[in-house]
Amino acid sequence: MAVVFDPLREGGISSPRNPLVNSEDRDDGQSPPQKGRSAFAKTCTNLAPAGISFALLLIAWELYACLGGIAPTVLPAPSRVLAQAWENRAALAENTLPTLRATLCGFACSLAAAFILSVLVDFVAPLRRALLPLLIASQTLPLVAIAPLVVLWFGFGLLPKILLVALVTFFPMMVALVEGYASTSNEIARMLAAMGAGRRRIFWAARLPSALPYFFAGLRISITYAVVGAIFAEYAGAAKGLGIYMLSAKNNFRPDLVLAAVAVSSALTLGLFGLAVLAQRLAMPWERAGREDGPSSKGRP
Amino acid sequence: MTRLAMTRLELRDVRKSFGALDVLSGVSLDVREGEFVSILGPSGAGKSTLFQLLTGAIKGEGEMRFDGAPLDDHGGRFAFMPQRDALMPWRRVIDNATLGLEVQGMKRRAARLRVAPLFAAFGLAGFERAWPAELSGGMRQRAALLRTVVQERDMLLLDEPFGALDALTRAAMQRWLETMWQANRWTALLITHDVREAVLLSDRIYVLSARPARVVAEVAVPLPRPRGGSAALAREAAAIETGILDTLLGETNSPTGETR
Repeated sequence: MAVVFDPLREGGISSPRNPLVNSEDRDDGQSPPQKGRSAFAKTCTNLAPAGISFALLLIAWELYACLGGIAPTVLPAPSRVLAQAWENRAALAENTLPTLRATLCGFACSLAAAFILSVLVDFVAPLRRALLPLLIASQTLPLVAIAPLVVLWFGFGLLPKILLVALVTFFPMMVALVEGYASTSNEIARMLAAMGAGRRRIFWAARLPSALPYFFAGLRISITYAVVGAIFAEYAGAAKGLGIYMLSAKNNFRPDLVLAAVAVSSALTLGLFGLAVLAQRLAMPWERAGREDGPSSKGRP
Repeated sequence: MTRLAMTRLELRDVRKSFGALDVLSGVSLDVREGEFVSILGPSGAGKSTLFQLLTGAIKGEGEMRFDGAPLDDHGGRFAFMPQRDALMPWRRVIDNATLGLEVQGMKRRAARLRVAPLFAAFGLAGFERAWPAELSGGMRQRAALLRTVVQERDMLLLDEPFGALDALTRAAMQRWLETMWQANRWTALLITHDVREAVLLSDRIYVLSARPARVVAEVAVPLPRPRGGSAALAREAAAIETGILDTLLGETNSPTGETR
């Protein structure tokens, strides 16, 4: 979404806008910035190199698997993975849904908890000193060891998955929010205080919006952790889900189905990542406004 | 006219120290109704500390009176414009302008209706719905001033409002502010370290010493307005500027800081 270049609006050579000639405002005649090229076209252009390198990788893999004389039970070609994925699409779909549900439920719980705790910690300094070390300690727990225990304690249902996803994603979200609040500009906070705003008003009007870029950076990272966390939880024990599907496919010497499930989980992760990016764009329209309009605002006094 | 106007802000021997560091050592000054007063001093002299005392962000010693009464309720008196514009990037320009009114308890819709007619005079017409990031430095400062004046407080506190602008934009903004002030006659206290800016805009100038700050000179600027474009006034203004500069440089150059 680039702004259409308009030489008359720019502070170029032929510009009539010279602040020394006339102190009267010249901005009145200006039109507000306009949006140009579609975001879709730009996104496609940006993604093209990645798409090409990915395609090349698949082609190399395909050639190696076909011409190298490797058994498909060891390394199946991408074409075979695709064909088997299609053949087993019903089973894959059936196992994708529980993973998606565990991911989303776990992540939602984690987000809610991270938000509530971050607000508490922001308002009550002693709480911060009491809780943050505990939270950091929670990140030192090895998931490999914890996952079977959580399954042992909470069974094969949805709950242990939700807990594990939350455990993996909670900390990055919490840290993102706490750091985001702290990034609030002193000048804005001081100005609000001078206007007569109280602690709570300053939080809602300044600290929370200031945290948004941090929040979304954390969101993009943890949403990818969330899928991995859910699959890991299923790996440790589940009735249905991509994790348990991968495990049984591996035990049946079907690496093609393992890879098919891996592809599905990657697609899932990418989809959720895309949603996070989309949510950021919708929630922070000013972010792109600044970037797009950077050069064209220079000519305005 | 301004000579006869009543005194609004009155500071008597205001002091402030942070631990062992004396920042203000007895500052006394007055600002009268409809008067534009500048506080001019070297960087780091504690000018901003003075504003923090006025807005109630910090506490100091000495007497601060407003309309004769001790200054207790800081929030109701002053509209403060910080050094950088402090526009919120996540609010559109119009919603930045309404911020002070919203903090006062006005509904956003009503506040927008109140603010919108002022955009033209502030050179921001058509940019109501723009994001601050889409504005130039000068426009941002005008938006910040708009946000400050719509609060309709008794007095404006301007903390080096043009310090971050490039020289040309600053000159344009100073002239614009003079025009705006002439039309509105706000009671205003401006912090600056720009001598020319102080002489162009002020009725009176208090010159502060380096830290610990005290008033070393009070300079009246009796030049007719508008001063901005007038070549005839330039010489008189230059004489005043030179006088102030001599005072300031004499102050900062003297090892003891006891020139006057």
